Amino acid sequence: MKLRNPDREVEVAGGRTVRAILDELDVNPDTVLVIRAGELVTHEVRLADVDVIEVRPVISGGAS
Amino acid sequence: MIEIRRNNAAYCKPCFVHVFREQVRRTIARHDMIAAGDRILVAVSGGKDSLALWDVLLDLGHDATGLYLGLGIGRYSERSRVVARRFAAERGAALVEVDLERDYGFDIPTAGVNGSRSTCAVCGLSKRYVFNRAALDGGFDVVATGHNLDDEAATLLGNTLRWQTEYIARQAPALSAKDGMAKKVKPLHRLSELETAAYAFLRGIDYVVEECPLVAGNTQLRYKEAMNAIEAGSPGTKAQFFLGYLERGAPLFATSDDVELRPCGRCGQPTTARFCAFCRARAQVLGERLGAPVEELELAGELAEEVMPAEIYGRSR
Repeated sequence: MKLRNPDREVEVAGGRTVRAILDELDVNPDTVLVIRAGELVTHEVRLADVDVIEVRPVISGGAS
Repeated sequence: MIEIRRNNAAYCKPCFVHVFREQVRRTIARHDMIAAGDRILVAVSGGKDSLALWDVLLDLGHDATGLYLGLGIGRYSERSRVVARRFAAERGAALVEVDLERDYGFDIPTAGVNGSRSTCAVCGLSKRYVFNRAALDGGFDVVATGHNLDDEAATLLGNTLRWQTEYIARQAPALSAKDGMAKKVKPLHRLSELETAAYAFLRGIDYVVEECPLVAGNTQLRYKEAMNAIEAGSPGTKAQFFLGYLERGAPLFATSDDVELRPCGRCGQPTTARFCAFCRARAQVLGERLGAPVEELELAGELAEEVMPAEIYGRSR
């Protein structure tokens, strides 16, 4: 499955929870929105190989 | 669906939006932020926090005009302006636009090159200056900014690490008007950055996701990363730290905040020195003389209610 964030796109294996995938990518779940097909998905949701996910950082260092 | 771990809860979309709005409504009431009939000037960057704030204020029925300040940071600023304008148009809300280059003769990238202060420092003091002037010139009763819990916790952390007691004393969710300074409020200060992002997304608000290109690796981000690392192991720490400070720490620092403000010799805006920080920074960037030597340490004492990490003492990298 594809993961997108503003800077890059990666392929990872599906069939796992959002939490497990964020763990593998060393991403703190409190710092990102996880979006699939225009909807937010929570950490226990199981993602499939065919899914395309946006991992959107929420932390800002300046004005927001 | 969205989980908020420190609340030990998960919410469906309509409930989350409702809870978010309720928190803001209660925060405004609890700190007497906005009186009935007040004209609010909302500082809008085009990012998630300021647009979420503006959205909630409008939905709560407040008279909220946006203020967008063009910083001259290339495509980032162009996109931010477009986003702010689009939000205003869609909501039928008024938007005031100020441009640093057009109205004051310099932009942030130039300030970073020509001045001794870091770009983040000049940006911060420019925004505060412009918000205040616009509020007073436009007859607004209060300036509202989108500072969230993560912002406030990181700022408090940075100032505590260096024991900047004057800044710590001035970090408050609502600051009364005084001596030419407009009232300033932070209605989102109890909400985490994740919550404001989720709110903006769930409301379908088009906001600028990408970061300011000048921000990368700055001190504020390092403090946020540190706090999030602690939060990951102990959910609720950010809230305990900052909200706990407001309840139990602020009274202990209160006497540190005795400053006398008088009009800047050049522009008339409030300052503790002969000239205000904005005029001094601007003069330095443009190579002008105000008639007084520019002191870094003077600047540090100058930055009224806002608190900034190490950037104010010079370049961060």
